[in-house]
Amino acid sequence: METAAKEELSFLQGIKDCVPTLLGYISIGFAAGMIGVASGLTVLEIAFMSIFVYAGAAQFIICGMLATASPASAIIFTTFIVNLRHFLLSATLAPHFTKYSVWKNAGIGALVTDESFGVAAGRIFNNKPINDRWMNGLNLTAYITWIASCVVGAVLGKWVSEPEKFGLDFALTAMFAALLILQMESVKASKLKHYVMLILLMVAAMYILSFFVSVDLAVIFATVIVATVGVVTDK
Amino acid sequence: MSVNITILLIIIGCAVVTLIPRLAPFLIVRNIKLPEAVMKWLSFIPVCILTALIVGSVIESGDDSFPGINWQVLFALIPTLVIAIWTKSLLITVIFGIIVMAVLRNFM
Repeated sequence: METAAKEELSFLQGIKDCVPTLLGYISIGFAAGMIGVASGLTVLEIAFMSIFVYAGAAQFIICGMLATASPASAIIFTTFIVNLRHFLLSATLAPHFTKYSVWKNAGIGALVTDESFGVAAGRIFNNKPINDRWMNGLNLTAYITWIASCVVGAVLGKWVSEPEKFGLDFALTAMFAALLILQMESVKASKLKHYVMLILLMVAAMYILSFFVSVDLAVIFATVIVATVGVVTDK
Repeated sequence: MSVNITILLIIIGCAVVTLIPRLAPFLIVRNIKLPEAVMKWLSFIPVCILTALIVGSVIESGDDSFPGINWQVLFALIPTLVIAIWTKSLLITVIFGIIVMAVLRNFM
């Protein structure tokens, strides 16, 4: 771990560190583009959506709601709820970027995703440094790949009738599973039991909360509750 | 290639509500020093939220009050987790997960 501290934190290193996550963006982007076309959107509209909204799960939901002709207010409100978790991701990353300008912070914040957060949090967790250039390399690689994948998916979507058959949508869950395991890798042996307890508590909290609220809200509530339990039970 | 103005407005609305939670912490934290306890709380967020996202993909929120379990996702998830622990590789895990799910959907 000591040797890692010397590794240079360039824009290029950020691009390199993004590479393992790209297959996730590509497969989910393909699926999002295909579903967009199936929901009656044009390729250009799908491109705009991936450029401006830039959020996998939310784009699926927007397409689904557009297909069922939901009112605009309902679509926008649902998107807000689904993407509210980014607040927690940004809040975790933001303290590490305070020395940079407002615009730089805005640029980094605007492109925070579950995956780029996972990679960056992995470094923070391991007490490795992160900086603006590295984060921009990571973020921009993911962003460009996402837009391109959505557009390609939309173009291909005209020929593929059942995108689910390829299992591409599961790439997202598989990626979260890998990111979680990689996070756990860096947990000290003495803290491992504590973290396993918190994970089991999360599973229970998610299931119980799902009786009362939507899964997206359950993600936020369960995380807030269990992270608090984590602080209280930490020795 | 065309853009429907209503859809464009919906996309812009969705973009704004997505941007707010992403940006707010980056613009707020600059001006205040976060207490130790908050920093500690934030250190638990990655593991918690990743677990939440995984569990969320297994839970099926039906229209009735009982949340169901998506057994297909659960069956694909278990070997995927094993591969993740075994290989510690993001890329291998994702490829493996996609293949497992494709097999489950096409042959089971």
